[in-house]
Amino acid sequence: MTGLFSEIFLSALLFGAVTAAVPLLLAGLGEQMSEKAGVLNIGIEGMMIAGAYVGFLAAFSSESLWLGFLCGALAGIAVAAIMALLCVRLGLNQIVIGIGLTLGMEGLTALLHHVQFSRTYPRLPAADITPIPLLADIPVIGKAFFQHNLLVYLAVLLVFVMGYIYRRTQFGLNLQAAGDKPAALDITGVDVVTTRTAAVLTTGALAGLGGAYLANVGAGIFVPFVTNGAGFLGIVLAMLARGRPLWVLFGALLFGVSLSLTTALQVAGINIPTDIIQMIPFLAVMVMLVVFGRRSSLPAALGLPYVRGAR
Amino acid sequence: MTTETFTAEPAGIPIVSLEGVTKRFPGVVANDDVDLQIWPGEVHVLLGENGAGKSTLIGLLSGLQQPDEGRILVDGKPTVIASPRQALSLGISTVFQHTMLVPTLTVAENLLLGARWWRRPDKESLRASVDEISRSLGITVSLDAYASELSLGEQQHVEILRALIRHSRVLILDESTSMLSPSGIEELGTLMRQLVERGMAVVFITHKLREAASFGDRISVLKLGRKVGEIAPDRFSRLDEDTLISEFVEMMFGKRSGDPEDVPRVPHPDLERKAPVLAVRGLGVTPTAVAPGLADVSFELRPGEILGIAGIDGNGQKQLADALAGQAPIDSGTIELDGRPVEGTPVHARRDAGLRYLTDDRLGEGTVGSFPVSINLLLKQIGDAPFWRRGIEQRAEIDRRAIQLMTDYDVRAPGPHTPIGRLSGGNIQKVVLARELSDGAKVVIFNKPTYGLDLANTLATRKRIGDIAVGGKSVLLISTDLDELLGLCDRIAVMSRGRIVGIVQNGDTARTDVGRLMGGLAA
Repeated sequence: MTGLFSEIFLSALLFGAVTAAVPLLLAGLGEQMSEKAGVLNIGIEGMMIAGAYVGFLAAFSSESLWLGFLCGALAGIAVAAIMALLCVRLGLNQIVIGIGLTLGMEGLTALLHHVQFSRTYPRLPAADITPIPLLADIPVIGKAFFQHNLLVYLAVLLVFVMGYIYRRTQFGLNLQAAGDKPAALDITGVDVVTTRTAAVLTTGALAGLGGAYLANVGAGIFVPFVTNGAGFLGIVLAMLARGRPLWVLFGALLFGVSLSLTTALQVAGINIPTDIIQMIPFLAVMVMLVVFGRRSSLPAALGLPYVRGAR
Repeated sequence: MTTETFTAEPAGIPIVSLEGVTKRFPGVVANDDVDLQIWPGEVHVLLGENGAGKSTLIGLLSGLQQPDEGRILVDGKPTVIASPRQALSLGISTVFQHTMLVPTLTVAENLLLGARWWRRPDKESLRASVDEISRSLGITVSLDAYASELSLGEQQHVEILRALIRHSRVLILDESTSMLSPSGIEELGTLMRQLVERGMAVVFITHKLREAASFGDRISVLKLGRKVGEIAPDRFSRLDEDTLISEFVEMMFGKRSGDPEDVPRVPHPDLERKAPVLAVRGLGVTPTAVAPGLADVSFELRPGEILGIAGIDGNGQKQLADALAGQAPIDSGTIELDGRPVEGTPVHARRDAGLRYLTDDRLGEGTVGSFPVSINLLLKQIGDAPFWRRGIEQRAEIDRRAIQLMTDYDVRAPGPHTPIGRLSGGNIQKVVLARELSDGAKVVIFNKPTYGLDLANTLATRKRIGDIAVGGKSVLLISTDLDELLGLCDRIAVMSRGRIVGIVQNGDTARTDVGRLMGGLAA
């Protein structure tokens, strides 16, 4: 067990955990907004992979990481628009459409990538680091938490922005009403479909951004299926967090650690088959569901399309 | 029969008027050429039975639905009320029958809903205006309580408050008394009076005659989607309550009568000489935290007899019915049907032996809402020939049977394939009756059979119960409506805390005897 508790191992583990947690955080926060508004957004994995592909392509061709993030978010919005049209406006089944979008986007991005790059996998240069003055110099912790790309800090800031939106703004009230009792929102003159559409598009933007970060910063490369269930983990986080953004952050970090173990143990020279280590996050999901899942109360109208005046 | 002409109307123009409004749904004309004026300073009662088209009319006024024909005028100008937002901006607010507050938000947050999304919620000015309005009306609401913590009456107050904060001119109250206690109904009446004195127009929807007479200034009566009559304020104020009610009844049912529920009882002769068909002895069920249980319940039921079970709701009536039908286990005692013990047999065996149970929970327990009427009619015979053969559904047989039963029991539905959940309460009750009474019923247990039904269906159901007994079957009638029991039963047993505290022969003194027993005194 040489080096398991060495400084290098710990800071590599935690650094990796943060890097792995950011896409989960963005996906979880996005999913949380959709669910709050009453839309079970299963298509989020598709939005992430679209964001990863388009974000990578934009960053690769323009050599600008931030243009990559922007294009990734826009790609997520585009996929979310399909979801919003079919599930929110036309009231089709959210689960079926969500699965369809995910599978479709995984296939489409794999195909496009294959056509474009054949079997080569070009890499992006390592992402810029914005160290936070003073904090970045703390041993272990500094390297692990305060020497990241700017987007990482913005993602953490977003947690608090979301909390503010849900608790203190009219839009937050509308979201909650749309999820818990859409008819009550409708009769006060707020359009339920518009409110839910806004939530789903925001989800798309955050998922797309998360996908772009995952490809451009986390992996530095796009390979088909690169998101590898990150969007689904985002759904789990949103379900467990029940409308509390801070819980999404904690959950994302927890999953980040278990994802990061995969690489960190290899760095430490511990010989466990990677397949087993890669199962850890999903085992963690089941454990967390058993421990916390039973108490989670989801919005009353989650997954139900709203039809005005329906009896 | 529109009785009054325009000469009787107040000066000025109505806030809202409907002209020849027609609204159709698949299979039904919900509103048929309806004219209606809503005037400031008046409580306009819309009276009608279930399915008369009241709810549709509200949907049209509140922007939830659009008329197929005719037009709506607001302040004299033809207006399309395209959405709830537009209805609100025209000054039309609606308090729906089922509460429209978000249970997970506080009262304040509920009142803040509806502002533009980029605005910041302004709780301070909300608090000020709520304080002012609620003080002038004499109602209190706690802004920081969650909506789910409020009683139904309090939730209604919040919704009325919401209308006032938005400076509404028209307040529509849809069946607002149906969930309220008697004192809550009185409060609402006072509140309505205060609102019209401020110059608002109140549209009060109800199917209760007495409320219509005591709260209204003007009344419009709807029947099967048509407006069949109107009494304008000057005439309304000149008539006393009884005259008003008999006029309502005439408009609603086309016959004049003092009290439509007053149907003379037909006694069933020679009951004592027959052997009991159902004998219950020493029935006991252990009470639970939520239900009272049963203790030493014994009675006999003879062929052709109607035995009533009176008592305040929740004194073991439901437990008795469930125990007899086999839906809940018993701890002690015997149940004999035709001399054979059945207490150990399951539900379907008792049903096959002729014991039928019509639950009070018609939609939850009695039917499957999303299944068609035809399957609901056969719900307790699923898998039986000739409707199923080797597990395969025989469509033609099922439909033939369903149509036959629907005709016999006057079930009004678009067809046998309509999901039963779309039917009115009265029609669902008819389906359940048809299912339970057909084929070999001997003893029929009714639990609150007329609860939640409108007058016509109530009377039809009571007549049906009387006919069952005349046909030689026995009825156990559980009801909290003493008049219903006195009008139908041969004997009335009174239940209190899971016991039968006395059985009274129906007759001249029965009302006081039963009343004394219910009040805890010996008969």
